Amino acid sequence: MPVVVIFFAFWLLPMAWLVALPAQKGWSTYFAIFTHPKYWLSLMNTVGLSLLVTAFTLALGGAVGIFLARYKFVGRGALLSLLTLPLSFPGVIIGFFMILLGGRQGLIADLSEALGAGRLTLAYGFTGLFLAYLYFSLPRSIATYTAAAEKMDLALEEAAKTMGATRYAIMRDVWIPELAPTTFACAAIVFATSMGAFGTAFTLATKFEVLPITIYTEFTNYANFALAASLSMALGLVTWLVMYVARRYTDSAPVAV
Amino acid sequence: MIGQRAPRQFPFMLAILTALVTLFMLIPMALSITAGLVNNYSQGLASGLTTRWLEQVWEGYGDTLVWSLTIASLCALITIVVGVPCAYALARTQARWARLFEELLTLPVAVPGLATGLALILVYGQFRSFRQSFLFILVGHVVFTLPFVVRTVSSAFANRELIALEEAARTLGAGFTRRLLGVLIPAVMPAIIASALMVFTLSVGEFNLTWMLHTPLTRTLPVGLADSYASMRIEVGSAYTLIFFIVVLPLLWALQAIANEVQKRYGT
Repeated sequence: MPVVVIFFAFWLLPMAWLVALPAQKGWSTYFAIFTHPKYWLSLMNTVGLSLLVTAFTLALGGAVGIFLARYKFVGRGALLSLLTLPLSFPGVIIGFFMILLGGRQGLIADLSEALGAGRLTLAYGFTGLFLAYLYFSLPRSIATYTAAAEKMDLALEEAAKTMGATRYAIMRDVWIPELAPTTFACAAIVFATSMGAFGTAFTLATKFEVLPITIYTEFTNYANFALAASLSMALGLVTWLVMYVARRYTDSAPVAV
Repeated sequence: MIGQRAPRQFPFMLAILTALVTLFMLIPMALSITAGLVNNYSQGLASGLTTRWLEQVWEGYGDTLVWSLTIASLCALITIVVGVPCAYALARTQARWARLFEELLTLPVAVPGLATGLALILVYGQFRSFRQSFLFILVGHVVFTLPFVVRTVSSAFANRELIALEEAARTLGAGFTRRLLGVLIPAVMPAIIASALMVFTLSVGEFNLTWMLHTPLTRTLPVGLADSYASMRIEVGSAYTLIFFIVVLPLLWALQAIANEVQKRYGT
């Protein structure tokens, strides 16, 4: 089968090479991410950022999804397709969007200057990166939650309401459990995408160092191939593990790709 | 009160959140569209509208667009031709190696493109003419998108009714070619179209992998975009982004519409 040939020649063989490479520089290279504070910090930065982005994406995407699934208003279809449009944007475009929004000539700088607070730039730090990651994660969660919320059983919610449940109680006891499989599957994809996102951070040339940028810098600027390979493996392992666990436990919840 | 529905209140919190999210998603798009059409970004619309940035981008980066669309089409074609037989084989065998291979095949999706790119360079970077051709990027895209095709089409092949249909055709004396053309292909056509569309979309937008694989002479659209953001003035970057919107998005919509049409006609 040609698939096997292509897959082995162009993925498995190169990957095996990548996995074997750090051994040339000594076994300790494999553990550089744990032993070297700089790389450990970069990993923790990436994991922390991705977790935060995932939490916000799920909360906001869930709210928007439920709203769009429940209220049929004029232009709803158009709004949904506009909101999911960025799914097809390359990450670099989203980095550029952040520069337009929060960069030195950005909209936020203009606004803050008009308010007398000086020119505020947040694009190149943690905030910019967080907002950019949120931007590319939201469309996926909105699409997924809208589809899932449309299939939700309205009777449960009606029953809870007639029995006098508050909005908060409905959210806690009906919405969250009913959407749990979707949430789990969506969280895994959003987290994995955030971990591996390179284009966005690359465009922002961000001061907040994330692992993909660290790998890229090691590879291109320092030609430190063995270390870059070791760090890529660490990154690959984390994302693969998250996806694997999610696939194991939520077989049936579809997520928009 | 029996039989009466509980009064439905309008959820203001949800509406406000939706409005805020919508603003957050749409403002950057609007900003970038205007920035690509004004003479001077820092003066805004007051500096007048122009198409000269668009022309500048077209001259400097027009080829990246052509190459991106070529690579994406070829990638869709290759993954379908190669992936569909594999999907069939995987759907019709219970062997352990098949499950193992399925699991392996999900790896290129889970492992970040950066790592795949790095691995490809380390192994094949020494083959100069391969490294410097668009073929190198195409190979990367094929490896990255193949799992989507195999998984989508394979689950279509695994449909119980389809297995029964194929069995019926076989007992009626239909040979493999006959079953393939008369039963199997029409039944999985929607899945094939949908995955081809997904591959095309993924390939056009792919950056993580492509940035590692590209050379100054082999650039795709996202690579060109990154280059213009880093080295050109903000109006040029915006104009380039606008070209992406104008050319690529309607194309993707048109393909999506075709896929929906096929789904309606042949889908179950």
